[in-house]
Amino acid sequence: MHIVEVEKLNHLFKTLQSKGYTTIGPKVRDGAIGLDALQSAADLPQHYTDEQAPGSYTLHKNGHKAFFNFVVGPQSWKKFLYEPRTRLFSARKNGKSFEVIPDKNGEGKRYAFIGVRPCELQAIAIHDKVFHTGEYVDDRYQKIRDNIFLVAINCTNPGGNCFCVSVKSGPAATQGYDLVLTEVATDEKHHFLIESGSPAGEEILRDMPHRDATQDEIDCAKRMLDSAAKNMGKSLDVSNIGQKLNDNFEHAHWDDVAKRCLSCTNCTMVCPTCFCSTVEDVTDLTGEHAERWRRWDSCFTSDFTKIAGGNTRMSTRTRYRQWLMHKFAHWQEQFGTLGCVGCGRCITWCPAGIDITREAARITDTGVPITTLEG
Amino acid sequence: MAAKRPKIAVFKFASCDGCQLSLLDAEDELLLVAGAVEIANFPEASRRILRGPYDIGLVEGSITTPHDVERIRHIRKECKFLITIGACATAGGIQALRNWKDVKEFTRLVYASPDHISTLDRSMPVGSYVHVDFELRGCPINKYQLLEVVNAYLNKRKPNVPTHSLCMQCKKKGNICVMVAEGIPCLGPVTQTGCGALCPSYNRGCYGCFGPMENPNPSSLSKQLAELGADREDIMLMFRGFNAYAEAFRKESDAHEK
Repeated sequence: MHIVEVEKLNHLFKTLQSKGYTTIGPKVRDGAIGLDALQSAADLPQHYTDEQAPGSYTLHKNGHKAFFNFVVGPQSWKKFLYEPRTRLFSARKNGKSFEVIPDKNGEGKRYAFIGVRPCELQAIAIHDKVFHTGEYVDDRYQKIRDNIFLVAINCTNPGGNCFCVSVKSGPAATQGYDLVLTEVATDEKHHFLIESGSPAGEEILRDMPHRDATQDEIDCAKRMLDSAAKNMGKSLDVSNIGQKLNDNFEHAHWDDVAKRCLSCTNCTMVCPTCFCSTVEDVTDLTGEHAERWRRWDSCFTSDFTKIAGGNTRMSTRTRYRQWLMHKFAHWQEQFGTLGCVGCGRCITWCPAGIDITREAARITDTGVPITTLEG
Repeated sequence: MAAKRPKIAVFKFASCDGCQLSLLDAEDELLLVAGAVEIANFPEASRRILRGPYDIGLVEGSITTPHDVERIRHIRKECKFLITIGACATAGGIQALRNWKDVKEFTRLVYASPDHISTLDRSMPVGSYVHVDFELRGCPINKYQLLEVVNAYLNKRKPNVPTHSLCMQCKKKGNICVMVAEGIPCLGPVTQTGCGALCPSYNRGCYGCFGPMENPNPSSLSKQLAELGADREDIMLMFRGFNAYAEAFRKESDAHEK
């Protein structure tokens, strides 16, 4: 464990930039904290805190000196790793046939993600499993992912919709980072505990001004993280949750959620693990040139399960059930992990304030049969 | 090639002309379009009018008079592929607000000799009188969507005109949700995408110009609008805009009528 003093934080940016990385991290934008390119530590949302509740997000500038005194915003790192819209290939008409022109999307990008939360590391690890290390490798994802430098930030101040402890993804990062920071900002001191998690991280750390941490400093950070673990805004019992959901496939509460669910797709768009996409073919007017694009899709749209002969999921009830069960039941069968990392984004950014922890608890709590529908 | 170019015709009913102007607005693409199709009947663009039948008919405006009814039936017979464009043609338009009122009373107030006025009780979408092959939403339509539909027709492929919520567009664009982060009432969660999330990109709530999305849930949204401080009349008025007579919006506005 090492210490980087707060005034030296910018060395992290400079060092990464000198190695050819585009530094990306949290930045205030339109009343929320988004993820954008950052020139220096001065671009970080210092003094800001977010307040999150179901369907509600408020950003406060409260003067607190911390740089990372907030949790996750609506955007996740998937916007860089798995872009909302990407061209897969182009094609040119060549007599009666056509010639395919591969796309170079993803090449030459070298991102350093700064301020990745432990739950987000977990989300990236899940995407790695799906796109990078599994049976089918997505070459676009691979090209970008192989050049990512990950600077994690441990969470000492969880938000109102956070439940990483329940799904064991936080509040402290345990793996998957190149460097991990813990910010300590008290009246007396302001510094970052820093630890490398990879040879690349070790190399960057070597180039930054730092010193060894004292045992007191290590203990202090640990106490903050222990306390954060006890301060989660939400919780969910995920023990045997896949089986419990399967047992409650026709639970009346699915109808209750369907009455509130807008099928607006916001939960799937903000979810850091949702990765469903569709492809669109476009042509120019002459038909001489065509392109195939991939764009984010959602299991809440009607086109999503439209196949020859009809639609396999006609109602909001079945779509919401599919989404929740994919996260907590099918994902385990498919990938061996939960598909939910407890970041709480779907709760905050649902315009109807639907709370996945509450809905899942109602549906899996078999002891209390729910027969009445709520308004 | 030139002999085979499909003939396209543009027709106008009760409307402001804004949607057919989108075609002229496609400045960069207009010459390409003119090269790919024969603009056979488009009085706003050219006085040269060729007789039907036409391969593609673009219809703007709502049906509001007995004469309109006769005319649209004739146009339907003249066009192999009929596309309605804009909120007037697909939902009755802003003028459908009269559907809640007594039109005879209006004519008595407005015209010196109301006897000369021949009008229907309601302003209705084209689709309620004739079969429509494709509906392009919006007030006004998005010119890129119009080009996409013409393009898809020419290349015999499915047009990429999604019917999901506006929210997906906002999120893909990276917009911060104005409703969740700012408490601004927004119809995005029940409105079909297509405008490019224009209003939320400028920190305004969605006005619902593209009409109800597939599978909308307006009553749930109304509860949230009420939580943000909207009263019954506010909610009624929000749904009673350019697409007031589209079924999902009509029912929701009726549910909030005093």
